Parts: sequence; C-alpha cells; structure tokens
Amino acid sequence: MNRLKNYFNELVILLKLNVREYGMFIALAVIMLIFSFYSGGLFVSPRNLSNLLNQTGYIAVLAVGMTLVIIIRHIDLSVGYVAGFVGAVAAIMMVQYNVPVGIVIAVVLLLGTLIGIWHGFLVAFMGLPAFVSTLAGMLIFRGALLQVTQSTGTIIIPNEFFNAISNGYIPDIVSIPGIHVLTLLIGLAGVALFVISELRGRRNKLRYNFKVLSTSMLITKLAFVSAIILLITYILATYNGASWTMIIILVTVGVYHFITNKTVIGRHIYAVGGNPEAAELSGISVKKITLLVFASMGFLSALSGILFASRLRSATVTAGVLFELDAIAAAYVGGVSAKGGIGKVTGSIIGAIVMASLSSGMNLIGMDISVQYIVRGLVLIVAVVFDVRTRNKK
Amino acid sequence: MSYILEMKNITKDFPGVRALDNVNFSVKEGEIHCLVGENGAGKSTLMKILSGVYKKGEYQGDIVLSGEVMNFHGIRDSERMGIGIIHQELALIPELSVYENMYLGHEIKRGSFIDWNETITQSIEFLKKVNLAVEPQEKVKNLGVGKQQLVEIAKALSKDLKLLILDEPTAALNEEESDNLLGLLTDLKRHGVTSIMISHKLKEVISIADTVTVLRDGKTICSLSKQRNEINTQVIIKNMVGREINDVFPKRDHKEPGKIMLKVDGLNAYSRELGRSIIKDASFYVRQGEVVGIAGLMGAGRTELALSLFGNPLQYAVSGDVYIDGKRIKLNSPKSAIDSGIAYVTEDRKGNGLILIQDIKQNITLANLREISHSSVIDENLEINIANEYKQSINIKAPSVEQKVQNLSGGNQQKVSLSKWLFTLPKVLILDEPTRGIDVGAKYEIYTIINTLVSEGLSIVLISSELPEVMGMSDRIYVMNQGRIASEVDALNTTAEQIMEFATD
Repeated sequence: MNRLKNYFNELVILLKLNVREYGMFIALAVIMLIFSFYSGGLFVSPRNLSNLLNQTGYIAVLAVGMTLVIIIRHIDLSVGYVAGFVGAVAAIMMVQYNVPVGIVIAVVLLLGTLIGIWHGFLVAFMGLPAFVSTLAGMLIFRGALLQVTQSTGTIIIPNEFFNAISNGYIPDIVSIPGIHVLTLLIGLAGVALFVISELRGRRNKLRYNFKVLSTSMLITKLAFVSAIILLITYILATYNGASWTMIIILVTVGVYHFITNKTVIGRHIYAVGGNPEAAELSGISVKKITLLVFASMGFLSALSGILFASRLRSATVTAGVLFELDAIAAAYVGGVSAKGGIGKVTGSIIGAIVMASLSSGMNLIGMDISVQYIVRGLVLIVAVVFDVRTRNKK
Repeated sequence: MSYILEMKNITKDFPGVRALDNVNFSVKEGEIHCLVGENGAGKSTLMKILSGVYKKGEYQGDIVLSGEVMNFHGIRDSERMGIGIIHQELALIPELSVYENMYLGHEIKRGSFIDWNETITQSIEFLKKVNLAVEPQEKVKNLGVGKQQLVEIAKALSKDLKLLILDEPTAALNEEESDNLLGLLTDLKRHGVTSIMISHKLKEVISIADTVTVLRDGKTICSLSKQRNEINTQVIIKNMVGREINDVFPKRDHKEPGKIMLKVDGLNAYSRELGRSIIKDASFYVRQGEVVGIAGLMGAGRTELALSLFGNPLQYAVSGDVYIDGKRIKLNSPKSAIDSGIAYVTEDRKGNGLILIQDIKQNITLANLREISHSSVIDENLEINIANEYKQSINIKAPSVEQKVQNLSGGNQQKVSLSKWLFTLPKVLILDEPTRGIDVGAKYEIYTIINTLVSEGLSIVLISSELPEVMGMSDRIYVMNQGRIASEVDALNTTAEQIMEFATD
C-alpha cells in the first residue's frame, strides 16, 4: 500500500516537473482523440497516419532548422521560397540536362547551404537584422523561382527514384501480406536502442552517485515509451510500412538532437541565444555560430525543397508559399522561446506534427478552409501562452 | 513627528521561499530612511510591495499611508498616492529627450493633444530643483548615469511626490556624483520630501540617514535612530550579518611574489565608436602570486583596459605589446586570450557575464567545454561532477548545480562567474568590480577566495571603485586617470587621499 503511494507520489512529481515537455504530447493525444471520434476512427487509420507523417516531412525539416535560428534570436523568412527555388533547380537539372539524380541532390543541398551562408553572412558580418536580410531573400528567391519556371511553367519530374523520396516506402525483407516486417524490426530496434541508452545513462549516473529514478518508475517509463513506439510502428506496418520521408525526418531529428544536446557546438548555440555578449566573452565566436546556424537552415531548406518537389512529382511556380510561417509556427508550438536560448528540435517536430494533425483532421471532418486557418491561429496562441505560463511558474 | 508610512506585518511567499516574514516598517514624515540588509534579505521585495508591483492579495499585511490603508493594484495606484520609485536599472528611454522622458505616462495635455511648450517650461523648473544643468531638449542617451538618475528624480518630483524610494542609487555613480545625489536628498528633505534609500554603502547611509532599518532573512531586525545616536558601522553590520565582522578584509601574508606573469608594454586603444582614445600608453606588470589593484574614477578606462587585454571583443584599434609568462600574445579574440591564460570576470555579471536562463553547471563549464568533452561530445556526468566541486569549494549556495542562475542571489551569481573563469585554469585573473552589489557576507567570502588563489600562485588584477577594497586586497595599485596609468603606489604605504589625488588631477 505504502509502496503504491510512493510510486504515485513520484509519478506526480515527475509529471509536474516536466509538464511543459509532456504537455505537448498530451495535446497531440487529445487532438488525435478528438478527430478520431469525429471522423469515426478514420483519423487514426494506418493510411491517414502514414499520409499525415509524409505530408509533415517538408515542414518538419524546416522546423528543425528554424528552431536553431530562433534559439539564436533570429528568424528566417526566406526558407519557403528557397525551398521552392531549389526544388525547381532540381527539376530543371533532371529534366532539361539529364543530370543523374544523386548528383542533383548533392548539388541542390550545396546550393541551399550556400544560400544559407549568404543570409548568415549578411546577418553576422554586415549587421543586417535577420528579419530584413531574409525578407530580402524571400523576395529574391521568389523572383528566382519565377525566373526559372517562367518559360516552362510546372515542370513534371519523371524520375522514379527522385519521386520515391516523398512517395515511396522502404522495401520489405520478407513478404508477408498485410504486415511490413522491416518497419516492425526498425521499431523493435528503436525500442532496444531506447532501453539500452536509458539503462546505460542510469548506470553512468549511479557510478557518479547521482540521483536516479526508482526502479518501478524506470520500468513504467521504459514500458510506456516502448509501447508508444511499437504502437506507431505497428500501425504503419499494417499499411505500407515506413516511408522514406519518415526515415529522413528520423535521421534529421536524430542528428540535430544529438548536436544540440550533446556537443560543444550545441552548447555554443544555446549560449549565443541565451546571452550573446556573455558567449562572446566566453570565447565563443557569435558570428561563426550565426553563420553556421543559417547555413544549416539553408541546407534544410534545400532538403525541404527536395521533399516537396518529390511529393508533387513536379516543380511548380507556387512551391514553398508560406512554408516559412508553418515552420515558425511549428517551432513556437513546440516550445521554442521568442526571447532566444530555449527550445528543442524534438519539441519543434512534435509542434509540426500537431499543426499537421490539425489540418489533416479538420480536412477529414470537412471543416471549411477559412475556419481551419482561424483554428490553427488560435492553437498557436494557446500553445505559446501555455508555454510562457508554465515557464514563468518554474 | 507622525508616520507617513507604516507597513504592518507584511508577509510575502514565493514558491518554496518566504521572502518576507511579518515585516514591520515605519517611516516618519520628512525623514531620510535607509533600508539595509544583505542580498536576499527582502529589501527589494518590500519596496515592490510598497510601489504596487505586487498587488494586494499577493501578500499579507497592510500598507498604511498617512493613516489610510492602501489597496494598490499596480504601480499607477502607488504613483497616484505620491510614491515614486527609482530602480537600480534606470527606466529612461535613451532616444527620447529629457523632457519627453520626464512626462512620459503623465503628459501635459491641452484637449487631446500634448502641450509641448508647457511641458518644457515645467520640466525646466524640476530640473532646477534637482540641480541638473542640462537642456531639456538633450537626448537622454547623451547624459552620464549620474545625470540620468537626476532626470529620474526630476520625473518623480513632477508627479507631486511625497515619498521617494531609491534602490541603490549610488551603485553606478562615482564619488562626486554620489555626493551630489546625497546632497540633493538632504535638500529635498528640507522641502518636505520623505525618502527611503536602499544602499549597500554604509558610509553613505551613516552620513545621510535619520533612521536605519535592517532586514535579515526576510525579517525586520532593528530600527536605528540618529537622534538616539544609534547609527554606526559596527552596529549596522552586526545586525545585517548577525555576527560581528572585525576584519572587513581577511588577513593575507604578503609573500614575496614570483616571476612576472603579465607584462603590458605601451598599450594604446582607440574606440571608433566613441571617436577617441580610451587607453593611452599604458605599461604595467603583474607577478605570480600578486594582487595588483587598478583604481580610478568612472570613465578612467579601467574596464576598457581589461577588455583590450582580454582579446579586444569591442574591436578597439589597439597597439602595444602584451606578454603572458614572457610570451607575446595576440589581442584578436577572447578565445585567444583564454587560450593564452587570461580570464576576465566582468563587471556586469547579468549583462555580459552569465547566461541567466541556463543552470549553474552550464555556466561554469561554458568557457572551457573542451575540458569536459571527448571529440566534441560533452560528458554530462563529468560536467555535473566538476560543477559540484566548484559549488563546494567556492561555496555556491543553491539546492543543486541544476539550479538556473537567474534564481540565485547576486553574491552566488558572482561565485558562479568566478568558478567559470577558474575552470579555464588561468594564469592571470582579471576581476572587474568583483563585489559590486553583493552583500557583506558574500564579499568577505570572495576576498577569502582571492587570497587563497593568490597564495596558490595565481596573478590577479583587481579593478574596483571602492578604495578600501583596492587598498585592503592589493599588493600594488596602479591608479588610472583619463586612459593613462597616472601612478603606481604600494598598497601598504598609501592613503585613500593619495590615490584620489592621482585619480582626479
């Protein structure tokens, strides 16, 4: 009896301490439940969830980059049109010049990075406010997109490999009808990785005599997270399995999560966001970090452009319109602070999924597009208010 | 004399701490009342309650102003009752003129429009009352801190002021400006204005206060009266810290210092931004195991000198030679300065010293992440361990090293700052006003740390505006005056008067 009481006490304390991080997941769960209810279960159907994640791809990668940009107290308004422009360049290279797809991807990723470096240079070394330099970038790349698509209009991309990036699914190792085995295996591997890293971290902490979760709480945490990972992979596996887009998102988030949380560069980024003067006096080059973060944003814009062009199987004149605002909204919903120095890429991804779930759900239940915009705006406000409120309390 | 203000049984809780515990605080009409106490004693919280920052209901107890119980729901309410508060951080808008700032929020109107002519006429009158000889049209950013403070006071006066609250008004002022301000308070007293002043500078408190109230750990400890001849340094300090401090500066054996560790030869610095030379031909040296004080008035170029040595982050045009341990070093970035063994604890720990939204451990390791990382990946457990070591050895008071720095008191923030720079394993440690705005107890601790470091062979440059501090802590003192090193004196054989002479001529 007493042990049960202790267990619940610890659970409540844990939830209270991490209300901000868990809040997002709870919100996501609530949104999913509501739409499942109103759509008669259609929302959580394997097909819809799979589509939802695939559609989130090109915004999700932008949100990851935008998180870092906002952490260092800047903004990048150009990402949408850069993505559109880069997608068009990719299409032209493939269609008009028959460049092999591998080279095309490498070249456009480099092109995006260079554009990012250009914006970073203007901000860090010319002292232009990021709002202005990337607003200019928005205009310039909108013009550039029109330039390259003017003569042709929409460019259809016939390359199967390229189009598979956003429409294809990973192949299976054995064919069992109705279930995608490799996806399940990836899910299991994910669970194993999670459990091992938690246990290893715990062992390390014990070696240093630090406080750790009680055994029962650890088991609860491991079981809960593992169950969720397995549930999602199972749902996906009953449809077509994991898509290439999902793999790309996972890898991107994994890499950025690692960089921001575990490396010296990550610390430098948060330091610059938290207090640029103090960072500079601590031997960190604020200019270099700014350049780096914008370069990464450019790289991810190009990735987003590739994902979007691949999804539409074409480059269009209107590609990339308003992507930047969706990415910024996803980051804010995901708990990034407008004052800088605070935010997580994992949060932004959840933010992106929340926003995409809203759109997808509202579409499913046939809500008018005009109402959809208003709802998304209100959700953005609620999310940020919640974030600010819980932050101040702490 | 009757009480103009009585705060009765005030209790204020923050999550996890009781900031004020049944505090009683009474101010007589027409007196200058000083509120003293260590950092975290509750002075600022008490004044925030008085000025309506914390609304009725967020605390317990009563505010009685001229016999009436007040219900403040915001600063506007307290202002309407004639309470004016001047914060440590001035609240003026730099790009606006003096008169625009003075009447901001209570503009003089004719109909719906602002009557600028009347505004200027009235502002001149109040500027005269505070003895400030500037044109009302002057932009505030062109005024020094001392003058800006006077503008704030003039602004408060223009609102039909009865009770003036000043939170550490002289913290950023030089001696002359401080004297001027204290004179003004006496002057206002003669015109019937009651003042409450929070101050750490006991000399000022003693010279000006009619009554001194001491707070400690959120409780009223005592109220001392000048009339009854109760006010003197020993009594105040004893009540503030709850123990007697006989030595303000801990004893240190002035050992024979070692080899020359820092040598500066003919350093010049020119600020393009200001359009003038800020360091002129400065040459000096610091030996191993030596504390060298840098004295001088505000604007003498002490901080600029430190910044020039510390990799010149503000991009002055610098010439001259700097040697660490006999090796000439480059002055091109703080990083190279850190690498060559210089550490700089800044004057403004909140502004450019610490990252307030990060925790203790992240702040301590920031300038030397290399030490706790393997191929650029941070070992977080090692980081916690190292932070805990410093928390213990430097005595940082916090529940854990995962505490955000913004939740620490000034003294503990300074200790975090010190730990951060000690973790870079410097050869030369520059301390810029290391005890500004921190309480007596923490000051003593920091002095003790300095002594320990020096005895271990570190070279320390101590920049300070407090003469007793420079004289009490240093082996030798360089006095700066208008960008030059005016003189070098031996700390044991000098007087405050001698130093001031070199600093002012």
